[in-house]
Formats: sequence, C-alpha cells, structure tokens
Amino acid sequence: MTTGSLTHLERLEAESIHILREVVTEAEKPVMLYSVGKDSAVMLHLARKAFYPSPPPFPLLHVDTTWKFKAMYELRDRMAKESGMELLVYHNPEAQERGINPFDHGALHTDMWKTEGLKQALNLYGFDAAFGGARRDEEKSRAKERIFSFRTASHGWDPKNQRPELWNLYNARKAKGESIRVFPISNWTELDIWQYIQLNDVPIVPLYFAATRPTYVHDGQLFMADDVERLEKTLGHKPEITERSIRFRTLGCFPLTGAVESEAKTLSEVIQETLLTTTSERQGRVIDKDAGGAGMEVKKQQGYF
Amino acid sequence: MTNADPIYKTDALIAEDIDAYLEVHQHKTLLRFITCGSVDDGKSTLIGRLLYDSKMIFEDQLAALEADSKKVGTQGQEIDFALLVDGLAAEREQGITIDVAYRFVGTEKRKFIVADTPGHEQYTRNMVTGASTADLAVILTDARKGVLVQTRRHSYLAHLIGIRHIVLAVNKMDLVDYSQARFDEIVADYKAFADSIGIESFVAMPISGFKGDNITGPSPNTPWYQGPALIEHLETVELDQVSDQAKPFRMPVQWVNRPNLDFRGFSGLIAGGTVKPGDKIRVLPSGKTSTVARIVTLDGDLDQAVAGQSVTLTFADEIDCSRGDVIAVADSPPQAADQFEATIVWMADEEMLPGRSYWLKLATQTVSAQIQAPKYQVNVNTMEHLAAKTLDLNAIGIANLSTDRPIVFEPYGDNHTLGGFILIDKISNATVAAGMLHFALRRAENVHWQALDVGREKRAGLKNQKPAVVWLTGLSGAGKSTIANLVDRKLARMNRHSFLLDGDNVRHGLNKDLGFTEADRVENIRRVGEVAKLMTDAGLIVLTAFISPFRAERALVRQMMAEGEFIEVHIDTPLAEAEKRDVKGLYAKARAGQLKNFTGIDSPYEPPENPEIRVDTTNMTAEQAADLIVERLLEREG
Repeated sequence: MTTGSLTHLERLEAESIHILREVVTEAEKPVMLYSVGKDSAVMLHLARKAFYPSPPPFPLLHVDTTWKFKAMYELRDRMAKESGMELLVYHNPEAQERGINPFDHGALHTDMWKTEGLKQALNLYGFDAAFGGARRDEEKSRAKERIFSFRTASHGWDPKNQRPELWNLYNARKAKGESIRVFPISNWTELDIWQYIQLNDVPIVPLYFAATRPTYVHDGQLFMADDVERLEKTLGHKPEITERSIRFRTLGCFPLTGAVESEAKTLSEVIQETLLTTTSERQGRVIDKDAGGAGMEVKKQQGYF
Repeated sequence: MTNADPIYKTDALIAEDIDAYLEVHQHKTLLRFITCGSVDDGKSTLIGRLLYDSKMIFEDQLAALEADSKKVGTQGQEIDFALLVDGLAAEREQGITIDVAYRFVGTEKRKFIVADTPGHEQYTRNMVTGASTADLAVILTDARKGVLVQTRRHSYLAHLIGIRHIVLAVNKMDLVDYSQARFDEIVADYKAFADSIGIESFVAMPISGFKGDNITGPSPNTPWYQGPALIEHLETVELDQVSDQAKPFRMPVQWVNRPNLDFRGFSGLIAGGTVKPGDKIRVLPSGKTSTVARIVTLDGDLDQAVAGQSVTLTFADEIDCSRGDVIAVADSPPQAADQFEATIVWMADEEMLPGRSYWLKLATQTVSAQIQAPKYQVNVNTMEHLAAKTLDLNAIGIANLSTDRPIVFEPYGDNHTLGGFILIDKISNATVAAGMLHFALRRAENVHWQALDVGREKRAGLKNQKPAVVWLTGLSGAGKSTIANLVDRKLARMNRHSFLLDGDNVRHGLNKDLGFTEADRVENIRRVGEVAKLMTDAGLIVLTAFISPFRAERALVRQMMAEGEFIEVHIDTPLAEAEKRDVKGLYAKARAGQLKNFTGIDSPYEPPENPEIRVDTTNMTAEQAADLIVERLLEREG
C-alpha cells in the first residue's frame, strides 16, 4: 500500500468491512444470509477480512428450497468449514410437507420456500440483524433502499419511512421484535463483484464457468438436468437431454435458472461475456416480472429479502 | 447507442483483449457526487443520460424504457431518460423523485456513485443525507429560469455539509439557443450569491442533459465554452479520500479483535492521515500511549495504511482500548469535551425538544445528549437568522448541546468523521437529526464540582433511612396528589424524612416561567428531576406528583438517580374516569377549547411500560394505594 488514491475496489471493500463490524457491535444476534451465489461469495470473503484473525462472529444461514444445484450444496458446505463459521440450513416444513416445487407451483414456490422460509428462520433463531448480498444496481427499488433496512415485527418494509443514513453513521437501534436487513455490498456493481472475485481468488460455484453439461429445454428456455431422477418424477416424463457447453449468469433453483450456451471457461472470459451481453442480470429470474413494473418493490413490502 | 467519445475508448478492448481492459478498470478511483436541482431542472434526465452514455443500461432495460417512455413519458416519442432513475412505484405516477437514490456510472478513470436527491423544500433532509458522503455537488439550474430560490438553497446545503467541489450546471442550454450571454448572466448571478455564503470556488458549465451537450466531451453547439465537459471534470477533481491523508492520523475503534489470549487487535476505518508500524500513538480519551506493532489483514501485514481503509492494528504495549475510543497520532491528538456548539438539521416530524435526552452517535461513540433551545434558525431560502424556540422538520439551527460524558471530537471542518453526528430518539429509535460540531464550550471545565465533606451515605445514615424518589405519574385527576399526600403522612408517622414535590406547587415558584407546550413540559420535568436528586443527596425520601406524560423525561430522571433509587408509580386511571371526576374542572375547560395542550385531550400521555408499582384506582382506594407504596418502600430498607 502506497500513499495516494485507493482504487474503487479498495474503497468498496473498506466500506463493506466497516458496515459488517458496525452490525456485529450494535446488533444482539446477527446472521449472514448465504445463498451460495457470487454476491454471497464476495460478502462472505469480506466478512472473513473484516474479523481476521477471528472467524466472523455470526453463523451463515441458508434458506434452502431443496431445489438448488448439487454444486451449490458442495461449495456451501466447503466454505462454512473453511471460514470456521456455523452453517444453519432451513427448510420451510410446510413447503416440504406439501411438496412445493417450481414446476407445479410457480410463484408459490418462491413465496413458500424463500419468503416464508426466511421469515420463519429469522423468527425461530431470533436473529435481529441479517446480512444480505443485494446490490443497488440490480433493480430500481433497491437503488433507494438504505444499507440498514428496517423490518417490522412481521418483516414488512416501508419505503416511505426509512431512516436517513448520513456519512458512515448507521443507527442500528430498534424495538423488540423489529429486525434489520443489512446490505454491506449495496454500492457494488456486477462488474465490481467479478473483478473482486478475480483479484482475491474468491471461490465460486463452478457452474459460473462453461463446461459440457446435460441440458433440456422447457418452455423455450435452456436448463441443466442436475437431478434427472427427480426431474422425471416431477415432470411426469423423462426430458430430452442433450449435452451442451453451458454456464450460468445467476444461480438459484435449478429448474428455475436458465442456462446460457457459452464457451467462457475462465474468469476473464466470463467477465468478457458479461460485459458483451446485452440483457441485464436479473432478466433470467422470474421474480421481477410479477406485478407489472413494481414487482420487487411489492415483494419486499411483503417481506421478501 | 453512440460510443465515439474518447472516455469509452477502452470499450473496444472488451472484445479484443479482456485482460488489458480489466487491468485499466482495476486502477479506477471512486468519486461520490450528488446532483441537486428543482423539480423540472432535468436532474433525473441528466443521470439517465450518464447511465445511458456510460452504457450502464442493458438492451432489455432500454426496451422497457422505450415502452415506458411512450406510456408515461414526458418527451413525446423520444426516450425519457428520467424514467430510468425514478424508481418507486408511487413516485413514478407522480412524476417526481421522492427520496435519495444511488446510481452507478463508470468511465475508464473513475467509478461514480451518484446520489440523486429531490428538489422539493420538504425534502431538505434527503439532500443533506445524500450530500454527507459526496466529494462534489452538481447544482442544476434551468437556463431559462436562472438562479432560483432552490438553487440557492441547494448550494447553501452543499456548502453547509462541507462539500469542497461545487459544479454549477446550467442545463437545457438547447432551449436558450446555446446563448453565451444568458450563460454569463446566470454565472454572474450565482457568483454574487456564492461569495455571500462563503463558497470560495465553483465550476460553471453549459450543458443539455436531454441533448447531451458538454456531458462527455466538448459540444459543437457551445464553441465559446472552453472549460471541461461534465464527465472530464468528474474524472479529474481531487478526492476527499486523498486530501484526508494529509490530516493527522485518527482511527475510531469499532471492534476489539480477540481470537485468543495472544492476540489483541483494534479494528476501525481510518478517518484521517496514515499509519505505519513503529508510529507512536495515543488512545483517547484515556491519553495512554503506545507504538503500532502490526497492521493485520487476511492478505498479510501491511507496511502502511491510509485514510479510507478498514484495518486492524496491534500495539507494542498492553493498554486499555475499546469501542468508542479514538487512536490518534501521539503528538497531535484530538480533544475530548462534553459541551459544544453545533449546527443541527432536524429530520423528524416531531419537533426538537430542548432539554430532552437523545442518543448522540459520533463515529463509534454513543452517548446521551441534551440540546438547548437554538440560538437561531437559518432560513435556507434567504440565509436570514431567525429566532427559534425549537426546530421542526427540515429546519436548520445553531444550538449548544451537552453530553453525559466527554466525547472525543474534532470540529466538523477539520474532520467529518469526528465532527459529524446523528441524534436518535430514545423511544422510537428514529434518526431525528444530523449535526456538525463547531467547537467545545469551556463552561463545563470552569465550573468545578464542589466536593462535599459530608457524603450522601452519611446524611442518609443520620436519618436512618434509604433515600429514594417515588415518582407518581398519571393523567390529571388520576389521584396522584391525594395518594402522595397520604404516603407523606404515613411516612412522617413512621419517623421517615420525606418531602412532597407537587406539580401545581412547583409551578408557582421554581417553574413559574414555564407553560404547557411539549418543550416546556420537558424542561419542567428536568428541573424537578434535578431538585429531587439534590434532595436524595440530602438523604430524603422524595415524593413527586406530576403528570409527566413523556416516557423519555421519566427515563431521563431515572438515569440521574442511583441504581434502585427511582421508583416509578403509575397511577392508572382511565381517561373517561378521570374526566368524570374532573376535580379541578379542567377537562371541561379543555373540551371547550379554553385550555390548550391538555394531557389526554390534545396532548399525548405515554403510560410507563414497566413501572415499579402500578396502582389501578378503579379497584383500589387512595388509602390502599398509599399503604401499598409505603410497604414497598419499607421492603427496600430490609
């Protein structure tokens, strides 16, 4: 480190670390929501930096849908071990019992497993602060959300009643039952995330890189056949499987996450492809398109992360 | 999409040589700026244009934008860039931006974080919020309208919050035929104003956010303008993070890192200067000194760290240091004080209550603070100083404040981290104000506490009792005075030395200058609390009978007293019952509108959440209530 300007990534890193440490000292029971995606990977890496040589003093929480890619479960378990953090995995028992799945239940799948699952998990463990890897450049309503975002006891968000955030002074005080979602990487863009992963060798799920994988086409979109047996059982027929060189721009439930045909096998190539693509990141996800132009805003008021 | 401008020349590298492209972008710096203007100055359009020109929007977003432009746009068939940035559903329909939104724009030299804030008068708080993290402010003005009241207000606020770089962007030049005369006239107007409020320098530029003139490069429409285009200027202006490095070293301690007995590190974000192993440091407020041993990070120890970095330091010696302390260069440390003059920007719907105790958070220190009535309020439109008893939403005032213990600080002008603070309401937990410390007042240091030879234990011992404050709170007519009187008599019979402070009686003397506004009620209780405290020091059992409607003030008095000496008694009588009794005929008057600010009628009563004693007067007589209180008092003497 020499005197002079810090780079934008160094500034972003310093800001995120500052936020992580503030929450740890001001909240009673923080937790990090860990989705195993690339944003989560960076957030976890920042937490390890913030508290080194101690392990991050909070657990990782994965609100699971049971429909994630196998490679995601593998990386999740490995990273929890490497970071020395406790890993909590939560499954909404009602969704499990009713066999909620992405094929038969559409939007209900996200609502039950993720939105409801998250609320249940936070209530069960009594977490009063939850770190999330959302970024302001992802979506219009997120651009206006604070870094410390308050949720009522029923986990609702009121966009009109947010606390002003001045300088780097965060007010983490709250009444009993209320909780905060904290977004330490609010000010990062997608390119920042990729560059940081490259410069810091942050481990990410191999599915972000192109490889020859078994695929099938459903409703005109390309998917990976990650668990053929389960797919067959749920779909009622064996999908037509073809080997293709594919990768993923975003990771979620495997039957909901469209793949792209790609030859990008290295980080540089992935970044190159990302920069040359002309559709935005969340386009592959179904969630933003509900409820007209205000999809995410409505979801958040209901308690979605 | 056109991308012929020189600042985007590396874009070709994405396809040709991605590693070379990444190398360039790895070394970018970060500038945060704020755009401000009134409703129709074209702010959102300008930011939309920056996003569009720096290719931060994708094809699908563009398609959505084109569709939206036709549906709700204000630019006919052309693209309405404003729709890109106006995020929340409600405001989209109103066609205005209502909050602070952050946008990300990039060139090959810098990443920009843009705070977009609204121009409406009622949203001063949003602008101050957005400006607090900005290195630079772009003040937009419509070339047809010139310098407006809003232009002055935004400039004043940007200057107040300490932004060093001001850009006057004269927008919509296309609508005045790119007239140099019009531009010069506006700049001269603005200069006169800027001089008058102490803005030392600014850069003015003629632009059109809609047409793209002088945004990314020189415009052929303004050959008479020789200055930089907006982006060029944003790419080269000096960053606060760089100028902060020239300041003396300061690091507020956020967290003490103790993974095991052999390691003790102090984590924080460096707020000024630089630090190296071997540097002599001083921990404030204790004043203990040591030497920096290591700068520890996950990627290995550092030789040096600078302002803007989050680090963990270890010392050569074992000295006390914890969250809230400030580590500073040994020979030039900041001071600690407990009384200050400050500028306060009020940000809550409920007005400021002088005398009420708020949480004050400054850097990593959180203390109780009381604000005095403002010396004056500033009219942000005319810069006039106005007399004020309080501050309401969006008001800016100068006031003295005191904290319950000394805090380590620097004047805001010297260091934003150690001079900027927020105030938090103790009950609602809302952030109600932002403030900037000017300087410490000397009074506290000159009025020394006179140590008395006879201590409070001695005095209490002589009376053979434990001092206490029995605080009766409840609605007017609940029965507070009646019950307090009975308790007083019973205690006297038992040879206990007690004294009754009655609400009405105190208002005849000590507090006869106070009325019944919220602010006066707060001061009334504060004074009574101080008197009660002196009486407990004298060894007395103090009984008080005050409506004392606000939780915050009762909590304040509780804090003044020694642990266990404050006994809160809620005389719980339903409003309907108290009104039915109406012993003094006051409810009738209040209902008739002859009495203003009457508790329960047009002024709130906040019942205690966990009182030591609760007296339900609907199923207990005054005599029984008094017995209950006396019994609990005697239990304490055990």
